[in-house]
Amino acid sequence: MEGFTALFEQYDVLGAFWVNIQLAFWAALWSLILGTVLALMRISPIPSLQWFGAAYVNIFRNTPLTIIMVFGSLALWSQLNVSLSSDFTTNFFRLAVLSLTVYHAAFFCEAIRSGVNTVPLGQAEAARAIGLGFLEAARLVIMPQAFRGAIAPMGNVLIALVKNTTVAATAGVALETSSMMKTMIEFNPNLMTQIFLTFAIGYVIIVIPIGLLTTWASKKLAVAR
Amino acid sequence: MSAQNVLFDAPGPKARRNIMVGNILGVLLIAALLWVAISGLADKGQFDAAKWTPFLEWRTWEYFMLPGLLSTLKAAAVAVVTSIVFGLLFGIGRLSAFKPISWVCGLVVEFFRAVPVLLMMVFFYQFLSKSTSVNPEQVPFYAVVIALTLYNGSVIAELVRSGVFGLPKGQREAGLAIGLTPGQSLRSIEMPQALVAMLPALLSQFVVILKDSALGTFIGYTELLDYARRLAAGEGNILPALLVTAAIFIALNWLLTFAAQRLSRRLGARAGKVLKIEDTIEPEGIEAPVPAAAPAKGAAK
Repeated sequence: MEGFTALFEQYDVLGAFWVNIQLAFWAALWSLILGTVLALMRISPIPSLQWFGAAYVNIFRNTPLTIIMVFGSLALWSQLNVSLSSDFTTNFFRLAVLSLTVYHAAFFCEAIRSGVNTVPLGQAEAARAIGLGFLEAARLVIMPQAFRGAIAPMGNVLIALVKNTTVAATAGVALETSSMMKTMIEFNPNLMTQIFLTFAIGYVIIVIPIGLLTTWASKKLAVAR
Repeated sequence: MSAQNVLFDAPGPKARRNIMVGNILGVLLIAALLWVAISGLADKGQFDAAKWTPFLEWRTWEYFMLPGLLSTLKAAAVAVVTSIVFGLLFGIGRLSAFKPISWVCGLVVEFFRAVPVLLMMVFFYQFLSKSTSVNPEQVPFYAVVIALTLYNGSVIAELVRSGVFGLPKGQREAGLAIGLTPGQSLRSIEMPQALVAMLPALLSQFVVILKDSALGTFIGYTELLDYARRLAAGEGNILPALLVTAAIFIALNWLLTFAAQRLSRRLGARAGKVLKIEDTIEPEGIEAPVPAAAPAKGAAK
């Protein structure tokens, strides 16, 4: 047990979790924005935009995140010289955020679209009847209700996103949890179960409240129908 | 495309003109985006024939892509079977009337759904290679399968549970009324119906298993992505190699999704409250895939 507590002095476990939380925060923000735009495209009356939105979702939802991550570090950075920061560590961090965003935007898009499906047809007809165009109807009538209906599925996407930040290890983000756990176990194989449980419980502690919170919010904010 | 008729009804002449203008602008915008991407790649020499010709040679497929695909499919297939077994065991366990069993099963399921698959893979890789006598060459394979099983099995356990909860209550009551015990009613009346109802969701969970098998590359399991990287190391064509690999995954997963949608449409009438695909298809749906609040219009896109 003594060796176990000493590990925490040697390795900055909380710091590793902090890296993952930051990854999750930025990726969630960007993919929510991108996902909303894609969802708007998919429900818009314009065929080319619908097609683009559908193509985006089908492509990125079916690609393993690991490939997108490897693409971000190996292809974008080393082949195409795309650099998002002059600082080595920050650059990989941002590339990882970019990969997470590209992947999860497809899922946010679908979550929002499922929220749109909860809005009754009559609402859209009423919006049309009082003379609102597509963008106005979407902004004033459909989307506010759709977002409230999409909280639960968006919560699922967010939870998946938090866990998926560990995949950043494959894109060269070395200070996050999965790479740190790997190093810690390699040097302390006798404590491997304790080390694994520490990281695992860390994720349980992060993920369960998000689930409870979004379930609570989705009930609290549900539009009474 | 059920959302279509939600937002607008048949457009009039003016709206039709606006839509056409918007359509043309949209096409131009998308074309411009693609042009920027493609010309950017061409400038970096990514369209040089040398980078792509390897994929026209049988050698590349024989020694890299096909063996990679084979081991990806092998891990995924084994994980599918073991996760179904795990899911059924713990799903039924969670429905058990004997509280301690249902609590333990609930705890296990909630735990493994919350832990990132990659953490489990890394742990089992180290665990198997240091604490057991498993053939070292086989260790990455076992680690991948165990991690995929624990996570996806837990999701399937939840599918089983919500499938049973989605059944009309009368089913169970009828079972009890003709003198079955709750366990018998679960096994012979509720489970068969729940399994039919969850088939589409189960199929889309296979997409998750297939995608997550690519994580094996991190612990040295030689699957498709790993072979693609080896090929790229030799040929210096990482971008084409990743694109071809991604295309293979997309094709496979799209087929699975397509099958799931067809199935859910066919079962739609039969299975009563069908699980909504949208809720479960997200890889990772940690929340119990609740039977749809709103009726799934035309089976989830």
